[in-house]
Amino acid sequence: MSKTHVTTTINGDAVEYLCEPDQSMLEVLRDNLELTGTKEGCATGDCGACSVSLDGRLVCSCLVLGVEAEGKQIETIEGIANGSELHPIQQKFLENAALQCGICTPGFIVATKALLAKNPDPTEEEARYFLAGNLCRCTGYDKIIRAVLDAAAEMRGAAS
Amino acid sequence: MSENKDYKWVGTRPIRPDGADKVTGKAAFGADKNLPGMLHGKILRSPFGHANIKSIDTSAAKSAPGVLAVMTSKDLPDLPSEMAEAGESAVDFRDLSQNILAADKVLYHGHAVAAVAATSAKLAQEALKLIKVEYEELPVVLEIEDAMADDAPILHENQFTSGDSTDKPSNVAAKMKLPRGDIEKGFAEADVIIEREFTTPTVHQGYIEPHAVTASMSASGHADVWCCTQGAFVVRAMTAKILGMDVGKVKVTPSEIGGGFGAKTTVYLEPVAVKLSEMSGRPVKMVMDREEILRATGPTSASVIKIKLGATNDGKLVAAEGTLKYGAGAYKGSPMGPGCMCVFASYEIPNFLVRGFDVVLNKPKVAAYRAPGAPMAAFAMESVMNEMAAKLDLDPIDFRLENAVKEGSVAAYGPKFPAIGFVETLKAAKEHPHYSAPLGKNQGRGIGTGFWFNVGMQSSATLNVNENGSVTLITGSADIGGSRASMALFAAEELSISYDLITPLVSNTEETSYCDVTGGSRTTFATGMAVVKAAKNLVANMKKRAANTWGVEVDEVLWQDGQAVPPFSSGKNPMSMAEIAASAAKTGGPLTASASLTAQGAGAGFGVHICDIEVDPETGKTDVIRYTAIQDAGKAIHPSYVEGQYQGGAVQGIGWALNEEYVYNDKGVLQNFGFLDYRMPVANDLPMIDTVIVEVPNPAHPYGVRGVGETPIVPPLAAVAEAVNNAVGVRICDLPISPPRLLAAIDAK
Repeated sequence: MSKTHVTTTINGDAVEYLCEPDQSMLEVLRDNLELTGTKEGCATGDCGACSVSLDGRLVCSCLVLGVEAEGKQIETIEGIANGSELHPIQQKFLENAALQCGICTPGFIVATKALLAKNPDPTEEEARYFLAGNLCRCTGYDKIIRAVLDAAAEMRGAAS
Repeated sequence: MSENKDYKWVGTRPIRPDGADKVTGKAAFGADKNLPGMLHGKILRSPFGHANIKSIDTSAAKSAPGVLAVMTSKDLPDLPSEMAEAGESAVDFRDLSQNILAADKVLYHGHAVAAVAATSAKLAQEALKLIKVEYEELPVVLEIEDAMADDAPILHENQFTSGDSTDKPSNVAAKMKLPRGDIEKGFAEADVIIEREFTTPTVHQGYIEPHAVTASMSASGHADVWCCTQGAFVVRAMTAKILGMDVGKVKVTPSEIGGGFGAKTTVYLEPVAVKLSEMSGRPVKMVMDREEILRATGPTSASVIKIKLGATNDGKLVAAEGTLKYGAGAYKGSPMGPGCMCVFASYEIPNFLVRGFDVVLNKPKVAAYRAPGAPMAAFAMESVMNEMAAKLDLDPIDFRLENAVKEGSVAAYGPKFPAIGFVETLKAAKEHPHYSAPLGKNQGRGIGTGFWFNVGMQSSATLNVNENGSVTLITGSADIGGSRASMALFAAEELSISYDLITPLVSNTEETSYCDVTGGSRTTFATGMAVVKAAKNLVANMKKRAANTWGVEVDEVLWQDGQAVPPFSSGKNPMSMAEIAASAAKTGGPLTASASLTAQGAGAGFGVHICDIEVDPETGKTDVIRYTAIQDAGKAIHPSYVEGQYQGGAVQGIGWALNEEYVYNDKGVLQNFGFLDYRMPVANDLPMIDTVIVEVPNPAHPYGVRGVGETPIVPPLAAVAEAVNNAVGVRICDLPISPPRLLAAIDAK
């Protein structure tokens, strides 16, 4: 099977790569581009550990093909911080101890950014429903939800 | 004893040292390790739940494109049956070897049979299809009671019940008995006797990170292994043993670990990857997919537990009888022992008899899961305690207070308890506003309590002082939930310098001294003890150097606020740690201190959970609407991560109570092998999980620490079931309390 040439933008960088037509975006990110911050938990779209933003839409990168990125904008966990300055969501995850092992954290942060872009002032229930596609087995979600609501408040403050 | 002492660092909530890398995607987990020229390994797994292997032909796979190595169990040494301590539990290396690659038989669907290393994962996967295995299918046995029947299909023709004098092979690998007093006399004294049987299904630990390893064998016979594990030293020991290697020729570097909950205290892939690397001369990476994880790793035991409990009308327990049967999966080694030791451990009962059975089944070999054996035992015992309290018309907490173990009580499993916090924890639960809050329609409240021993075992720590007085802190204890922060807090407190000056690391097996697995809730307790001891050694050394510099006696020197303070009479100025470090070359060389120990006196942990649920009577769906976890931590070093353990354990227990179960067909094929159908709790299933940290110091620890990681999964099963009972008036004794099961029970009422 010959490889397909893809031209895309990842975290603001112009990127070109060759991938197999059946390679998932997750495999391309991790194996071809060494962007290993995006995690594989299931590869069936059930855990959200591989969440990325594709043209502003939250997707499981394991359910997107690498070739589908052609001409699109992708944002991964590696693109969330502004250089060495953490994004408020990242900072609030740290302050709230919202991670234990940390394997689900990149996916949660990418998904939280998508939530807050859509709904800057979510209720606890809205946050819980939006993040229901991201599994965490360590925390019981309590501190994650607190971090999300805390980050939302901080970002609203910064915006006003 | 450190009670009531004001600490500067211990008990605070700083940001964890490894946090920034984990929120930016920089932290390297098991599957993130790549090496130049690396091959990819894949495993061929059994399509049958139970079968003899007649032959394996790997010739076509060996000549397939891109394939550089193919192996089967024939490439591993034939090990004798030999038990060895491996973390919290014992393991038979022969079983372990045959579990990672089956020899003559496959014992469960998904049992590994052969492995391939190829230039890509896809080519390795293709080559698996070319391996021809001839099987002779055998009947499967999946249920504990069926496996114990006389005519059951036998998994191991050479397994006889340990302790029984019989020449008939059995699926019962071992039995045990734990007696006290005279139960006949005890039950004769009882005014009320309740007897019930409970079952729990096979459930999985459900860590989100797949098992992953990258291994590279050098031509010198030295193996380099990178993997996600709760214990690099246990991976080293098991890999060396299974491959017949010198343990000193295996280096294991632990990656960040994405959850384990006990299941990453064993090996599945590591010896295979090392062997494939040796055969191919290339590094080999192996990563499991979720289906492999659910089919062939982890799960914890299914159980069948019968409890008979006798009490007097005034609420005194007088007799108890427990029969605990645990499914071990394909090889012996269920948590029968700890389960039997736990089941009555929380109460003073003058007469009891516990009987345990370790039963093999055509399911994956079980691995440790957070307080192994205890959640099932507590589900049964605590459910009967709740029913007994209702029958005696007593408040369930008062009933427990009447019978609770306390300092000086002789534990059901033998020793006398030192200071423990069960009574304090029960009182904190009773006083909590949650306990008396009003409930609405179709809502109910239940409580459950939990006990876990916690363990000590071996730990080491090294502190290296840098030339500016900052410190590198090295241990070999995997950090699975924030323990590096706790280690740094201990060091900061002892050295009385800023937390930010300490860089705590988890190192590999060649560059740090031995540490047992992160398991048994031991790391903050035991490795923390080693850090404290090393820090005390370091302070003594720095005081000595300062004394020599000043020409005073060392016992005249104090250590305060990160500096050596001379006696007033000397007229000298204090020397800061930075100054002592800067002058180290002239005072005896680099400043370093190590300590290693076998930690004694792991304090038992007790928890009490309060759970409110609401049942939809039309669908049988149960929602947890309020939850409070109260537990004795001895002393919380980093309270946020203590709370995190309470919350995470509680939610795993809620999942066990309401949703999670392995569903097999009659051929022994797991039907729900993905996260869609193996339904773990998600964010919108849950409320906030409130916590109360009770602190009854453990007298054996310099800061009073008790392990906290495991106890929180013990109380929820009974708490949820009791809440359901109080909401809709049906007592469910078989988990999970799934909507169809609950609806059927409501309809049958």
